[in-house]
Amino acid sequence: MRYTPHTAADKARMLQMVGLDAIEDLYRHIPKTLTDRAKIHLPEGLTELAVRQRLAALASRNAPVTDWSMFLGGGIYHHFIPSAVDATISRSEFSTSYTPYQPEVSQGTLQALFEYQTLICQLTGMEVSNAAVYDGASAAAEAVLMSRRIQPASRRRVLISRALHPQYREVVASYVKNLEDMHLEEVPFDASGATDAEQLAALLGEDSMCVVVGYPNFFGVIEGLALIKAACATAGAQLITVTTEPLSLGLLKPPGDFGVDIAVGEGQSLGVPMSLGGRAFGFFACQKKFVRSLPGRLVGETVDSEGRRGFVLTLATREQHIRREKATSNICTSQTLCTLAATVFMSLLGKSGLRRLANVNVARAHGAQAKLVQEGGLKPTFTAPFFNEFVLRAPNLNELLQKCAAEKVVPGIALEPWYPELKDCFLVCVTEMNEREEIDRLVRIIGGK
Amino acid sequence: MSESSAENKASRVAEPKLIFESGSEGRSAFYWPKEDGSVEGAIPSSMLREEIAGFPELGELEVLRHFTRLSQRNFAIESQFYPLGSCTMKYNPKINEVVARLPGFAQIHPMAAAELLQGALALLHDLEGMLAEISGMEHVSLQPSAGAQGELTGLMLIRSCLSEKGNPRRNIIVPDTAHGTNPASSTLCGYGVLQISSNERGVIDVAAVEKAMDEDVAALMITNPNTLGLFETNIEAITKVVHAKGGLVYLDGANLNALMGIAKPGHMGVDVLHMNLHKTFSTPHGGGGPGAGPVLVRDQLKDYLPVPRIVEDGGQFKLDSDCPKSIGRVRSFFGNFGVLVRAYTYILSLGGDGLEDATRMALLNANYIRKKLEKSYHIAYDEPCMHECIFTDRIQHRYGVSTLDIAKRLLDYGYHPPTIYFPLVVSGALMIEPTETETPETLDGFVDALLAIAQEAKDDPEAVKNAPHSTPVRRLDEARAARKPVLRWEPGASNDRS
Repeated sequence: MRYTPHTAADKARMLQMVGLDAIEDLYRHIPKTLTDRAKIHLPEGLTELAVRQRLAALASRNAPVTDWSMFLGGGIYHHFIPSAVDATISRSEFSTSYTPYQPEVSQGTLQALFEYQTLICQLTGMEVSNAAVYDGASAAAEAVLMSRRIQPASRRRVLISRALHPQYREVVASYVKNLEDMHLEEVPFDASGATDAEQLAALLGEDSMCVVVGYPNFFGVIEGLALIKAACATAGAQLITVTTEPLSLGLLKPPGDFGVDIAVGEGQSLGVPMSLGGRAFGFFACQKKFVRSLPGRLVGETVDSEGRRGFVLTLATREQHIRREKATSNICTSQTLCTLAATVFMSLLGKSGLRRLANVNVARAHGAQAKLVQEGGLKPTFTAPFFNEFVLRAPNLNELLQKCAAEKVVPGIALEPWYPELKDCFLVCVTEMNEREEIDRLVRIIGGK
Repeated sequence: MSESSAENKASRVAEPKLIFESGSEGRSAFYWPKEDGSVEGAIPSSMLREEIAGFPELGELEVLRHFTRLSQRNFAIESQFYPLGSCTMKYNPKINEVVARLPGFAQIHPMAAAELLQGALALLHDLEGMLAEISGMEHVSLQPSAGAQGELTGLMLIRSCLSEKGNPRRNIIVPDTAHGTNPASSTLCGYGVLQISSNERGVIDVAAVEKAMDEDVAALMITNPNTLGLFETNIEAITKVVHAKGGLVYLDGANLNALMGIAKPGHMGVDVLHMNLHKTFSTPHGGGGPGAGPVLVRDQLKDYLPVPRIVEDGGQFKLDSDCPKSIGRVRSFFGNFGVLVRAYTYILSLGGDGLEDATRMALLNANYIRKKLEKSYHIAYDEPCMHECIFTDRIQHRYGVSTLDIAKRLLDYGYHPPTIYFPLVVSGALMIEPTETETPETLDGFVDALLAIAQEAKDDPEAVKNAPHSTPVRRLDEARAARKPVLRWEPGASNDRS
């Protein structure tokens, strides 16, 4: 059979060794009521060639960005990935190893994670980063739970910006729903597209645990963190930022510069293919004083018995395999291969390249927005500065989407399903992968020229 | 003396730098032509950062060589036998990697309309059906990113279902052999944990469940085969006890690789099950993720599954988020789609018969190792084992050699050690899970190494206690790492190795 190398002679020899007559004797002790009904009714296995054909046929029923012109962001971004990234994560020494429980033979993974943690600290301006969690949405949820561990029991009200990614708000709600002391409250956004600072200040009080805002938020808007942080500080609430587009931090002031307490986000932008939104990873950074409240894996530097530098998983007493029901989280994976992709990606782009790529995104997105407004006849919904995403209002969005679809173009994400107040508004994302000709074509289709 | 100091010096040179300690100011592996559009004024300069101090500045070859060298400091399935118990380190087929990288899978955006994602949705829908068939369960959510998130999701389903009946109840029963994630997930879902003990044969007695089970218990969370590699032979009676008092049964499917074609959780009276696709279904572990932890339920829990649900309607696949009883989302988008594509590919490759064969050979390999080592290592429970077998260091302890020493010495022999000191109920546990993809020759080599170590423990215990001798680094000071945590590199930081 495929992938099981046992010949008939092997099986006979092995059975003899264990003192059994037949393979079935290996599970003779399991109740017959179970074994009698256990047959798996699935088709026979396919050859590798047939599998490849079957999967290629399924893949051909999707619309990849290689065939369609797409201006989609909203948490997952189409960015260029240097060939060296996939070459590195394809190395089986990285891809087919386990969580580095035996550090002497896992220094490759451990050092790469240590470098990853450092890069995330540098990118976010924070002091400490863990080795990552599942995705941006669960990172936001874990950040709220972390704040619950830090703040006193009198503070259990969470203020979440309505301009935070709607799916992230849903995940946070699922995670806290069963914790009876927790209360979630939404903070509206204002006409600029940013979290309404005045309303936030009014909502904050002695029972506030934390404030959660997108940076940039779901509308692509760069939130005014200084004002928000000041309001949080006055009320004694923690500030959590959630970044779905970490490339923006190559250019924007990082959360750490504003005194943010916990900075999390989705890392897919940094060298991971879109792949329908997963594989992905959630980055997770905080101020050093909160390190023992962190969820997830942490890698630390140490020395071996001969004084050589080495790396180990550390501060494990926070974790489920030791603390069980008292652990900071139940998580035991760190999406390591994705964090490796991000580590290679950031190392390749480096100090100048990351900023350069961020600048290209700003230039393309802002250029596209101006053209779509001036030549496409669309109206910007918001006024605040944005990174590579922006919201426009169309006279009739459905009509516009259909017109574009006929040309194999997806101009953006319709916002009404999440924001009934934003009827006919859509979120446009422009990255370095959207060539200028492609943008011009979008403008032509929309402008009807 | 001088020779060994020369050797030391050479090994110091070979010690890899951190990526931040290499490179040169102004260097970059990234080239992009000058952009026409200007960013001047697009974003107020007060919103822009200074340059990132200490960020890498290297060329492409430098970066690649750095990471290639790091990779060579790892053990991995493709270079070493990796019998890590409870982790199912089977071969990760290359075809899985090839198809997951097809542009029609890797280059699709989750916010595109369902009409543009029909192939992906068809694959997910088909995979749901396959996993249900393999496990005897009825409905599936592929959204959870990993086993632990699957656990949390499953407990949320249980809580929602019981809440609707009027009382979410307060506690979850968890056996002492359970993975640490089980109690941690229970807490995260707002439940208390009642731990019950396994009996002297390593399994749960019906009486133990009867004693713990009352109207305050929401569910029993059980692993089968359990983490001792033993089948919970009382499982049918146990689930009846739980159901009779209005509770539900959660099965941790971490060890599903022992069950395919032998017993279906759906027939055991299980209400909720999670699977680890990165274990049983061959997707690469990646040094600690990403995995996937689908949740499977019986009909009465269907309405609570996460949204969106994938529904078929006349050959077209749609996303249904109109599920008022749903627990909501637990993750963005569709979960780890790339992992799901790999698992689907694996199931297609093996087919029903191939999956059954995989389980049988996993059992044969484990029993073979168990038999060959039984005279030299103490067996924790003298019961027929499933896909993994557990020894202890009781015999070697007489010579002052511990499980940790044995594990470290195995590294010198070129084998990844088994899982050690788990489950917690076994003192000095060595948990060996060979998986089905290993040849008997490989198992023989591994057994010979363990037999040699058993002999060394008697003859030359110091050699074992000081192991490993041949690895890139030797035993690391974990206490120091925790006492004075250094969790990142800092510019200008001196590497004080004192």
